[in-house]
Amino acid sequence: MSNAPIKVSRRDFIIRSTQAGTAFALGLSLPGLGSGAVAAEGPAGADNSHTETPEVNAWVVIEPDDTVIIRIARSEMGQGTLTGLAQLVAEELMCDWSKVTTEYPTPGENLKRDRVWGSFSTGGSRGIRESHDYVRKGGAVARQMLIQAAAEAWDVPMDECTAANSVITHGPTGRTTTYGKVASAAAELWPPEHVALKDPDDWTLIGKPVKRLDTLDKLNGKQVFGADLKLPGMLNAAIKACPVFTGKLSSFDDAAVRDKPGVRAVVAVGENAVAVVAETWWQAKTALDALPITWDKGEHADLSSADIDAMLDAGLTSSEQVFVGNAAGNAEQGLAGAAKTIEAVYAYPYQNHATMEPMNATAVWTPERCEVWCPTQDGMAALEAAADAAGLPIDRCDVHKIHLGGGFGRRGAFHDFVTQAVTIAKQLPGTPVKLLWTREEDMAHGHYHPVTKCKLVGGLDENGGLTALHVRISGQSILAAVRPQWMGDDGADPVTFQGFHADGDHAISYSVPNLLVEHAMRNPPVPPGFWRGVNINQNAIYLECFIDELAHAAGKDPLDFRRKLMAEHPKSLAVLEAVADRIGWGKPAADGVHRGLAVVKTFGSYVAACAEVSVDGGKVKVHRIVAATDPGYAVNPQQIEAQVEGSFVYGLSALFHGECTLENGAVVQSNFHDYPSMQIKDMPQVEVIVMPSGDFWGGIGEPTIAVAAPAVLNAVFAATGKRVRRVPLKYAELS
Amino acid sequence: MAKLKVNGELLQVEADPSTPLLWVLREQLGLTGTKYGCGIGVCGSCTVHIDGAAVRACTLPIAEVNEGQEIVTIEGLSASNDHPLQQAWAELDVPQCGYCQPGIIMTAAALLAENPDPSDADIDAAVTNICRCGTFNRVRRGIHLAATMKKNGGAS
Repeated sequence: MSNAPIKVSRRDFIIRSTQAGTAFALGLSLPGLGSGAVAAEGPAGADNSHTETPEVNAWVVIEPDDTVIIRIARSEMGQGTLTGLAQLVAEELMCDWSKVTTEYPTPGENLKRDRVWGSFSTGGSRGIRESHDYVRKGGAVARQMLIQAAAEAWDVPMDECTAANSVITHGPTGRTTTYGKVASAAAELWPPEHVALKDPDDWTLIGKPVKRLDTLDKLNGKQVFGADLKLPGMLNAAIKACPVFTGKLSSFDDAAVRDKPGVRAVVAVGENAVAVVAETWWQAKTALDALPITWDKGEHADLSSADIDAMLDAGLTSSEQVFVGNAAGNAEQGLAGAAKTIEAVYAYPYQNHATMEPMNATAVWTPERCEVWCPTQDGMAALEAAADAAGLPIDRCDVHKIHLGGGFGRRGAFHDFVTQAVTIAKQLPGTPVKLLWTREEDMAHGHYHPVTKCKLVGGLDENGGLTALHVRISGQSILAAVRPQWMGDDGADPVTFQGFHADGDHAISYSVPNLLVEHAMRNPPVPPGFWRGVNINQNAIYLECFIDELAHAAGKDPLDFRRKLMAEHPKSLAVLEAVADRIGWGKPAADGVHRGLAVVKTFGSYVAACAEVSVDGGKVKVHRIVAATDPGYAVNPQQIEAQVEGSFVYGLSALFHGECTLENGAVVQSNFHDYPSMQIKDMPQVEVIVMPSGDFWGGIGEPTIAVAAPAVLNAVFAATGKRVRRVPLKYAELS
Repeated sequence: MAKLKVNGELLQVEADPSTPLLWVLREQLGLTGTKYGCGIGVCGSCTVHIDGAAVRACTLPIAEVNEGQEIVTIEGLSASNDHPLQQAWAELDVPQCGYCQPGIIMTAAALLAENPDPSDADIDAAVTNICRCGTFNRVRRGIHLAATMKKNGGAS
C-alpha cells in the first residue's frame, strides 16, 4: 500500500463515510420536523455518532479533550459486554480508562464499510470470546497510529516513544503529548498492517474488576429503552396476533373502535395480526382490547400439552428420526453386561424468555427510506428484517440500536417485532410509529425454550463404576425451526446434544467406555428459540441428576463417583473440586441442610456448583450455592460474579416456576401471575469462585445457568430421598 | 382534565380518568423512568411513591389520585443522583439490563424511609419486584449499604 498520495484521501474517506452515516441516521424527512429534533430526543445508549472528530480507526474516536469513544458492535442487555469489550480495546489502546465512553455503530454503516465491525450478533456467550482478537487489534492499531502521529510531529523515531494512560512520551527528551492532541493527525495516517498484542502477563485492564460504563443512567430514569423512545410526531401501536401459532387473522371490525379517543388507524399486520395505532399507547391498547377480531385458528387449534407429551413419549423408544450425537464403545453390549442397570426418564417444559421490557420497535417508513430504533441482540439481523418488511433495498434502511431491557435470546434470532413495526409504519408513510407489545402478547408469542424428555439407562460394574450409558433425548430441535442451514447433512441438530459432545465447547465432562447419546427429533408446532443456556439447561439436569442417581445406586459418594470418570477432564475436575472444597463437601452441613453437586462444560467454559438446600413441609429452600467458573481469561471478575448470580436467578426461576403449557393451540400462561419468577426472598447466598486458567476464551453469560438446577435437584434428593425428574419443581411431592 | 402533583410540581394532564397513572407519567408527562413490565401490579417495574408509600402505578387509575397527593418518580428521587440508594447502587454496580431498577430503587427508598435499618427479612417482605437478570443479591447489599451511608450521614 503506498502512503504518500493517499494520506489525505484516507481522511476524506473517513470523514465522508462517518458523516454519511450520521446524515443518514438523522436525515429522514419527517413531516414538519427538523432532522435535528430526532437527534435531540434520541436515546442515551443508542447510536450517537454525532461527533465531528474524525475517527482514528473504526473502533476508536478520540476527542480533543481526550475523551475516548470506543465503538461496540455487540449489544448490551445487562450482561456487561459493553464494558468488557471496551476493556479489551482500551487495554491495547493504553488510554485513560476514566475517559472512556462507548457508542454503537449502526448496522447500516457496517454494511457500507464492508462489515468493518464484524459480527453484531450477541448470543451464545460469544460477545467477548469471538471478538477478543480483532477488537484488541483495533485498540493496538489505534495506539500505534497515535504514537506515530506524535513521533512525526516531534520528528523523532516512533520507537523512542511510548504510550500510557492516553499520554505519549518521548523517552530521550521527556516530552509528552496526549491522545486528544494528536488524534486528528493520527486519523490521517494509514494503519499499520501488523500489530503485536500484549502478552496476558502485561495486561493492566483486562482482568480488573472495573465498574460498568452503563450504570449511572440506570439509576435515575435517564436510560432510554426502546419502550421509552419518543420521536417527534410519533404514534403508538398495540398489537394482537392469532393466539394459535399457525393461525391467521380472518377479520376485524374497525368501525367499533375507530372513534375511540386518540385512535388514528386500525391495520392488519401481515397475515396473522392486527394493530391499533393511536396517539398514546394506552389509547391504542384499550381500543385493541375492545376490537372485535375473528381468527382463523388453522389446523393446530386443538393442540394441547398432552398431545405434545405423547409425541415425546413415543420418541423415547422409537427408531424413527433418531440421530446420534456421541458414541463410544458399545452401549448396548455394555448395558447387557453390566452388574446393575438403572433407568430414569426426565422432562423439561416450554419456557418463555419473559424479558422485563416487552418486545418493541419504532419505525419510520417512506417510499425512499426506512429507519428503525429497537432493542436487538443482532443489529444486522434487525436491519435485514427491517429491509424485508420495508420492501426497500437494504442500503436505504438502517437500525439504531438501544440497550435492551433483557434479551436472553429472545431478541437475537427473531425480529418479529421489527417486521411488525415496519409493516405498521409502512401503512402510515412518514409517521414514526412505536410498537409495544403487552406482556400478554409477549407470553403468547414467544420463541420458547424447546420441550424435551430424556430417557437414561446406566450400567454399573461390580465395583460400582459406570461402564455404559445410553441417553435418548426426545423432543424439539431449535435449529430445525430457526437455523436449518446449521443442521447436519443427515438432518441432525447438533445443538440438541449440548453438553454431550465428545469434544469442543459443549463437551461431556466424563469418560464413559460405552456411550450412546441419541436424539429422536420431534417438532411440535410451537416456535422454539435460543433461550439463555439453550439446550444445556435441560441436558445438564438430565446428565448431572442421572450421574447422581448412578452414584447413589453404586453406593458411592457423588463427588468420588464423578472424580473416577473425570481423569481425562482436568479442567472440569478442577472447578468441581473447587466448589466441593469451598462448601466443605464431606463435612456435615448445618442441621437440616443438604448438598448437591453439578459440573458442566459449555460455551467454552468449565463450571460447577454445589447447592445447599433444606426441604420443610414439602417446600424447598435454597440457602447457598457455591459456583466455580474457569472461562480461560476473566476479563472483568466482578461482572462475572454478577453474571453467575444472575444466571442462577434465571435458571432457578426456570426450575421452580418456568412452564408454558398449551391448550386449544395457545399458550395458557399470560403474565407474571401465572408465569412467576424468583423474588429476592427466594435468593440463595451465592459465592462465586472465578478461576481463570488462561490460554482460552470461554463464555460467561450462559454457562453457569446450567449447574444451578441440577445441583439443587441433587440436594433435594439428599434431603428427601425423592428424585425430581420433571421441571418445574412445583409438581414434585416432597412432603 | 386532572391535576397531579408530580416531583413537586402541580401539573395538568389530559387523559381519560381510567388511565393508569403509569401511562400518564410516561406518555403525558414524559417521565419514562417508570417502566411498564406487566400491567397487573405484579412485577413492580412501575413503582412510584405516593405520599411516601411505594405504589404500583400500572394498576392505579388517575381518577383515584388527587392533587393533594405527592407523587414521586425515579426522576424526582433526588436532586443530583445522590440518594443513598443511588450512591450504593453505583458503588456496587447493581443494575444489569437496568429496566426493573427504577422500580426496585423506588421500592427500596420507601422501605428505607419507613425503616432506616431493615433486616434481610424486612427486605424480603418489602421488595417483591421481579428482576429477570437476577440482581437480587446486589440489591440486598445495596439496601444495607445505603442504610449504613444514611446512618453515618455520608449522604443526603
